[in-house]
Amino acid sequence: MPDEKRVSIRDGLYEIRYFTAGQGEPLLFLHGSGGLTWARFLDELAKDYAVTAPEHPGYGESSGLDALDDMTDFALYVGDFCDAVGIERAHVIGHSLGGMLAAEAAILQAEYVNKLVICNAIGFWRDETPVLDYIITPPEQLMAAAFHDLESPAVAEAFKAPETGEEMQQMLYERTKSFMAAGKFAWPIPDRGLKRRIHRIKAPTLIVWGEHDGLVPPVYVEDFQSGIKNSKVLIMKDVAHMPMYEDPDGFVGAVKDFLKD
Amino acid sequence: MKFEFFHLMPYPELPDDFKEKHQSVWVDPHSSLFDPEVAHRAYNEYLDELEYAAEVGFDGICVNEHHANAYGMMPSPNLMASALARNTKDAAIVVMGNSLALYNPPTRVAEEFAMLDCISGGRLVAGFPVGTPMDTTLAYGQVPVTLREKYMEAHDLVMRAWQDPEPFAFNGKYTQLRYVNIWPRPLQKPHPPIWIPGGGSLETWEWCARVGYLYAYLSYFGYQRGMQTMKGFWDEVERQGLEPNPYHAGFLQFIGVSETDEQAEKDYAGAADYFYNRCLHIAPHFANIPGYTSLRTVKAQLPSMVQQASQMAEISTLKWKDFVDRGYIVAGSPATVREQLKDVIQNLRVGHLMVLLHFGNLNKETVTKNTQLFATEVMPYLKDMWPEYEDKWWINPVNQPVQRELARVN
Repeated sequence: MPDEKRVSIRDGLYEIRYFTAGQGEPLLFLHGSGGLTWARFLDELAKDYAVTAPEHPGYGESSGLDALDDMTDFALYVGDFCDAVGIERAHVIGHSLGGMLAAEAAILQAEYVNKLVICNAIGFWRDETPVLDYIITPPEQLMAAAFHDLESPAVAEAFKAPETGEEMQQMLYERTKSFMAAGKFAWPIPDRGLKRRIHRIKAPTLIVWGEHDGLVPPVYVEDFQSGIKNSKVLIMKDVAHMPMYEDPDGFVGAVKDFLKD
Repeated sequence: MKFEFFHLMPYPELPDDFKEKHQSVWVDPHSSLFDPEVAHRAYNEYLDELEYAAEVGFDGICVNEHHANAYGMMPSPNLMASALARNTKDAAIVVMGNSLALYNPPTRVAEEFAMLDCISGGRLVAGFPVGTPMDTTLAYGQVPVTLREKYMEAHDLVMRAWQDPEPFAFNGKYTQLRYVNIWPRPLQKPHPPIWIPGGGSLETWEWCARVGYLYAYLSYFGYQRGMQTMKGFWDEVERQGLEPNPYHAGFLQFIGVSETDEQAEKDYAGAADYFYNRCLHIAPHFANIPGYTSLRTVKAQLPSMVQQASQMAEISTLKWKDFVDRGYIVAGSPATVREQLKDVIQNLRVGHLMVLLHFGNLNKETVTKNTQLFATEVMPYLKDMWPEYEDKWWINPVNQPVQRELARVN
């Protein structure tokens, strides 16, 4: 289990809750639109790395969403966070919304980014294959788009279903809060100009994508791959938008190989 | 007591199987359902109905703003208000209203409302809705979580544009203007009365009470369900130590007046069903958008959310008797309607009753009857309610307005 920590940044502009585990080179995990769920893939990564996983401003028990007007603010915040928790340079894994954030941070805060892993990320737009309007998609459809196999043991292990009415209300509340924050960077179209900047990413980059992603179709791999010169691609079989939760072993194996390479 | 005739201007020919074949009346109703010739007829009939209401003595006539909506064909209520301003004499033109965050720059609202106020001789009531999630975040692409902040900034800009005698620069987060100096300026001083249509949001109660704007609860579910929301507003008024002046609040109610209670069912049951089962067929995921409602309000509403969802799902099973019993529609003979409305007005404590005498696909003939019966058999009996209060939320027209006839060149 990770250690739960809190840090106040820029005189309380951001009050961030974050989790750490493991020893080794620093590794920063930036979660996606739905929020942070600490699961087995992070425990596995923590066996070789010093993993840090913050809840972004506006998510979970972190505050400061009001201070972020756009992706520039968000990317600069990543630098503020690293300073506050003493990370000088880290490998960065960004998933979904966190993938767009990781890419922007690798452009604007390149000195903090060692190697970069971008996983099923938003940030581009293609009229012929639109990103799902996931912020308003009803939960059942969203789950079907996000997971290849909802019944798999790995998914059940990572996401516990609410048992009481109170837990259900709490889950609804957290979901509302998460998507409220995500909407600031992804609504109505999750294109905030990354296409004009992505060539500035110099960090060696692994682009990981679940082949059945119903939120951000795998065709978007091309946008990241053509934009980032020093990149390679891994398409993972039998998973959708959440590869690290659906196939933690496959995901962690690929990431570790890349980071050690 | 004041009565305002409200029109939604629905598209009147949605097919019988609309609910089965289409996801939603709002946001994505298919263009193949729209016949411009039907709209041509409908718009002109609807304007006739509003003008008739003004003629038979309603205090005001109301129009509102919706987008991509088959039950509200007024993307620009100002166009309607402008036609009405020319064809009416003393009724208030209540534009309910312009969704401030959707105008770029928002000074457009200050300008157009000032035009309406000048044309009408100071009869404009300026409504500033935030706008529904469907209108704002879906049809107009606004970011939900910043919508209210953008709205408040636009409000500040419009209010200053109306009142500051000097040109000024405005450095906002959402709007930056080097020169704000609107021409024309509103006739009413310091500005037209401001009415705020609201749902049940805590922030809107607080704000309307604090700054003294009229709070209007526009619900399609009648006075019984409106009680809780209006109580929330009046509790806030009390909490702030203000006078509980009924004119500080308005409420929207469907009404159908006929010769007898039995005739009312014959006249209005079909149109009520059209409204609740076609016009209100809205995809739930369009209406509940994360970030549109503040977290504080979400928390307050969580326990009743499941209940609300089941109420919406239940609508398709409701019959005329249910609509009437539940107060969604106040209907019957003039005596029946009078009695019920007296209770509604007293219990909700409202000085402004906005009435929907057209609803669904009601034909013009029946609307005219409804309007005429309401104006002659209902309204006069309720006009003297709240005599001890002054309406500080009302228009202040010029003494001798220029009439259309006088300006016409023959």
